[in-house]
Amino acid sequence: MEKDKQALHYIPSGDSAFIIKAGEGISEEVNTTVRKLLVSLENWKIEGITDYIPSYNELMVCYDPAVTGYRHLLDILRACGNDIGTVELPDAFTVDVPVLYGGEHGPDVQDVADHNYLLPEDVAKIHSSVTYLVYMLGFTPGFCYLGGMDKRLATPRRQAPRLKIPAGSVGIAGNQSGIYPIESPGGWHLIGKTPLQLFNPDWQPEFLFSAGDRIRFFPVTEVEFSTISEEVKKGIYNLKRIKTA
Amino acid sequence: MPSVIIKSAGMLTTVQDKGRYGYQRYGMPIAGAMDVFSLRLANALVGNDADDACLETTFTGPEIQFTADGAIALTGADMGPSINGVPVSINKVLKVVSGDTLSFSGLKNGFRTYMAFAGGVNVPEVMGSRSTYLRANLGGFAGRALEAGDELPLGEMREGIREAAIPEGLVPRYQSDQTIRIISGPEVSRFTMDGIHSFLTSEYRITDKSDRMGYRLSGKAVTHTEAGPDIISSGISRGTVQVPGNGQPIILMADRQTSGGYTRIACVISADLTLVAQMKPGDIIRFREITIDKAQELYTERDRLLRKLL
Repeated sequence: MEKDKQALHYIPSGDSAFIIKAGEGISEEVNTTVRKLLVSLENWKIEGITDYIPSYNELMVCYDPAVTGYRHLLDILRACGNDIGTVELPDAFTVDVPVLYGGEHGPDVQDVADHNYLLPEDVAKIHSSVTYLVYMLGFTPGFCYLGGMDKRLATPRRQAPRLKIPAGSVGIAGNQSGIYPIESPGGWHLIGKTPLQLFNPDWQPEFLFSAGDRIRFFPVTEVEFSTISEEVKKGIYNLKRIKTA
Repeated sequence: MPSVIIKSAGMLTTVQDKGRYGYQRYGMPIAGAMDVFSLRLANALVGNDADDACLETTFTGPEIQFTADGAIALTGADMGPSINGVPVSINKVLKVVSGDTLSFSGLKNGFRTYMAFAGGVNVPEVMGSRSTYLRANLGGFAGRALEAGDELPLGEMREGIREAAIPEGLVPRYQSDQTIRIISGPEVSRFTMDGIHSFLTSEYRITDKSDRMGYRLSGKAVTHTEAGPDIISSGISRGTVQVPGNGQPIILMADRQTSGGYTRIACVISADLTLVAQMKPGDIIRFREITIDKAQELYTERDRLLRKLL
C-alpha cells in the first residue's frame, strides 16, 4: 500500500490540468492503476473538474481554474490517489472482432512480413492468435491502442504517414496494434480491416470499446466481410461480447 | 422557429459552443470555440446562457439574412461588419429586424469573429454539445461548415433586447506580434538548455499549416536531449505546446487530438488562449514563462469581470 502511494506523481499541465503519473512504461499493472484512479476521482465528484483523459500510464485531470485553484485541487487529488486500494473497476468485456486480412484492406501485410522474416499468411495467423488489452482510446474518436501483440509482428511506424486511412483499418506500430474508427491520416502499417463500426453518436453508449476491454481478432473471408458489413449497417450483426472473467 | 439564411459562408464558419466535454476518454476531442472568452462575451451581451452556441467565422465573414426580428452581438476579430450596408460596431448588442442583411467588409484585426444570436443557434446537441467537430463530421450544422443557402435555426429569445456593450479594457488588443505567457510543461527536462533558451528567447512564426487543431510554428529549433522527442501517448490539455523531432513547436488548440506522443515543453496560460486564437498564419509569437499561481490569478480576475457583465 505504501508502495502504491509513492508510485503516483502529480504533475501540473498548464493552469487547467493535472497529470497523475502512475508509473513508467507500458504495463497492465500501471494501466490498471490509471483506470482505478479514474473511477476513484469520479466517485469523489470533485468540484471544478471538467474532464479526464486516461492514457497508458497517466490520468490527465482537466479543471476550470476559475472554480478551483491548483494547490487546493492537488490536496484533493493526493487524498484520492491514496485511496485507490479499495476501488473496484467496472465490468470489462472481451469482444470478438472480425478482420479481413491482406489485399486492398491490408496493403502493408507484405512489409510487416518482410520486416519480421515471416510469410504474409503468418501475419494474420499470429495477429489473431492472442487476446489484446485496450489500454486507452485517443487520437480520433474511438481509436483503441491495443497491447499484448506477439513480438514477432513488431514493426516501426511507416516513414511517410498516409493522408487517408479508411475507417475500420487494423494497423501495427511498434509493439502495438490499433483500429482506425474514422477516416483519418495515420502512420501505422495496415494489415487488414474490420467491418465493425467502432463509434456512433446515436448509440448508447457511443463507443464499442472502453479502456480495460479485451479484443480477440478472428480472420474472415471477403464474402463474410461483406455479409457482416451489411448486418452492421442494418444493426442486426450479432456481436460476440462477453464479460471478462 | 426563427432562423437566418446564409447568403455566403466566408472562409470557415461553424457552429461552436464551449465544447464537448466528458468524452475525451474515448478519444473525442473537445472542439468548441477557439476563443472561448470571446464566445462567452458574445453570449453574455445578448442574454444567452454560457452554454449557448454561436457562429465562429474565420478570416472572411459570411453574409447573413435575418428572417425574424432579434438581437445579435459580434465579438473577437473586427471584420468590418455592417447591417444593410451601414457600418456597425463589435462588442455591443445590435438590433436586427426581419429582412436585414449582415455583411463584412474585411478583417481589421484578430482572426475569428463570434456571432451570438439572442436565443442561441438551435441545432441538435450531439453528445452534450452543439459544437462542430469537422474531422468526424459531427455536431453543429449537419456536421460541417456552413455553406451558401443554408438556413440556420435559432432559439427563441429568452428575454427582451437590452442595450449592452463590453467595457473598454476587458477585451485585449490583438496584435500580429504577441508575447504569449506559458507554464513550463511536464517534459521540460527532455530539452537541452540551448533548446529551452531558444524557446523562451526567439521568435516563432505561425505557419500556414495551422488550423483549429493546432498552430504549427516555425523558428529556431528547440532541441531535445538524447532521450529524443517521443513519449508514450499521453493526454493533451488545451494550449499544450508539444515539440516533435524537427524541433518546431506546435500549440494544440480546440480540435486537438486527446492524446499525443511528443514531448510537452509548455502550456499556454488560459488567460492568453484568447490571444493565440486571434492570431493567424504569418504572425509572430514570443513565449514568456510565468508561475501557475500567477496564471490562475489572471484567469480568475478575467472570469470575475466577465461574470459581472451577466
